[in-house]
Amino acid sequence: MDLLQSTLPYLISGISVGGQYALIAIGYTMVYGILRLINFAHGDVFMVAGLVMVYLSAAMPLYIAIPLMILLTVALGFTIERVAYKPLRNAPRMSVMISAIGVSYLIQNLALYITGGLNKNYPAIPWISDKVTIFGMETTRVTVITPFLTVILVAALVLLINHTKIGMAMRAVSRDFETAQLMGIKINSVISATFIIGTFLAAIGSMLYFTNYPGVVPTSGGMPGLKAFVAAVFGGIGSIPGAVIGAFIIGICESIIKGLDTILVVNGVITEQVGFSTFSDAFTFALLIIVLVFKPTGLFGEKTTDKV
Amino acid sequence: MLKINDLHVSYGGIRALRGVDLEVPDGKIVTLIGANGAGKSTLLRTISGLVKADSGSITYDGVELLGKPINKVLEMGIAQVPEGRRVFADMTVLENLKIGAYLRKDKAEIEKDIQWVYSLFPRLEERHWQLAGTLSGGEQQMLAVGRALMSRPKVLMMDEPSLGLAPLVVQGIFEIIRTINEQGVTVLLIEQNANMALKTADIAYVLETGSITKTGTGAELLADESIKEAYLGKKKK
Repeated sequence: MDLLQSTLPYLISGISVGGQYALIAIGYTMVYGILRLINFAHGDVFMVAGLVMVYLSAAMPLYIAIPLMILLTVALGFTIERVAYKPLRNAPRMSVMISAIGVSYLIQNLALYITGGLNKNYPAIPWISDKVTIFGMETTRVTVITPFLTVILVAALVLLINHTKIGMAMRAVSRDFETAQLMGIKINSVISATFIIGTFLAAIGSMLYFTNYPGVVPTSGGMPGLKAFVAAVFGGIGSIPGAVIGAFIIGICESIIKGLDTILVVNGVITEQVGFSTFSDAFTFALLIIVLVFKPTGLFGEKTTDKV
Repeated sequence: MLKINDLHVSYGGIRALRGVDLEVPDGKIVTLIGANGAGKSTLLRTISGLVKADSGSITYDGVELLGKPINKVLEMGIAQVPEGRRVFADMTVLENLKIGAYLRKDKAEIEKDIQWVYSLFPRLEERHWQLAGTLSGGEQQMLAVGRALMSRPKVLMMDEPSLGLAPLVVQGIFEIIRTINEQGVTVLLIEQNANMALKTADIAYVLETGSITKTGTGAELLADESIKEAYLGKKKK
């Protein structure tokens, strides 16, 4: 009972963090699925969503600021693709990747220029920042909502991909550019739609993520972006369910490692804290290495269809 | 009528087509035979808009196709069955057919055309729920043809439909080509299997290193000595 009682808070926060990673990871995995590109700028777009929210909420009421923030973030994602990736459509994949790294630094440095590198306090969003009590522990409402919201959004996305025309076009383009074109599919529109969906989810994710943190700095996108990327690789890059499951696993493990000291002390396994929490980030990246060595295609890596 | 005039195309620095003239009259089966690398596929890809031409013109019913985006060419009624079938392996047979009708919005008519394709290829109806990647080569070719038909093309261009298929299956494919043609679809057929292609075609062209070297009816070319030697496997005396 003690074990459960002491682990529960970390588990719940881990599920919540996992949901936030999942929303970012989908952007990585969808873009990879279609363009075979690791979009390094994705984490920075996530950071920009946070900054935009900071500035907008200072100037206007939240019910305008939130939709506008999402809109601007989506516009940024769309623009990045058109300006930095589309002209390189027929270039070697390495060129596009270098372009993505360039975009990432450009965004970070612009953010540094605009904010002066200062921590910008994230606005408290009423209702979702409120304290609630669940299973006898106190937490914010956003922690409870995040996993549900994530699951709803992912379900909607999976429906979109499997049962709509644009979803069918996305699947076709991700398999075979040329044949998709011969079907009359405009690949540039499909690719844009992919970026729009990816950045939309990242914008939602940023709102859920930053609410739990004191503020946004230009490098805020780095860590969550990287971890979401690891989640996407862990789940099998290109696979949406894979990215989501990977993100939840990473979020939960990370959170439990952070609380491992406390959990063990409370349960009398060890007598004093030994500092496991330091290793929570290291765990994520150790996992990345292990996955790449032993199962490079991840949990749900691209399936190949065999003849029967 | 699809009309190609003095078409020049370069492909990665190589002049793949050097002044090709070709006509595909409505309602006919026209075949283009030639060896590997003669430029056959390049010609189809240029008509579809996948490859840009250097100069020349491609018109359909008097409308210039060069410079039009791929989806517009398809909208004008010119569909391509790509070389090597290229079905979407992890979509079902039915989804593959539906994606062939991607540009169309007339749902009821699409439903009718699916039934039409099923009537041409009963095998596809039996297997409509199966992933296309699990079909045999011949079935995949049927699917690729069916998928192209779903756009209701006026001209169907096929790039080596017999590639990698057993002789019996090839015969079936050519029968289907005739059936489709009898139902009013003009066919432009590219083949290395010159024997079958010439037997099926109303009009035939021979393409050698980027230029048309011979033209005539299918039967004429079938009887031509030099064609026999080069493409039909008749030994030199």
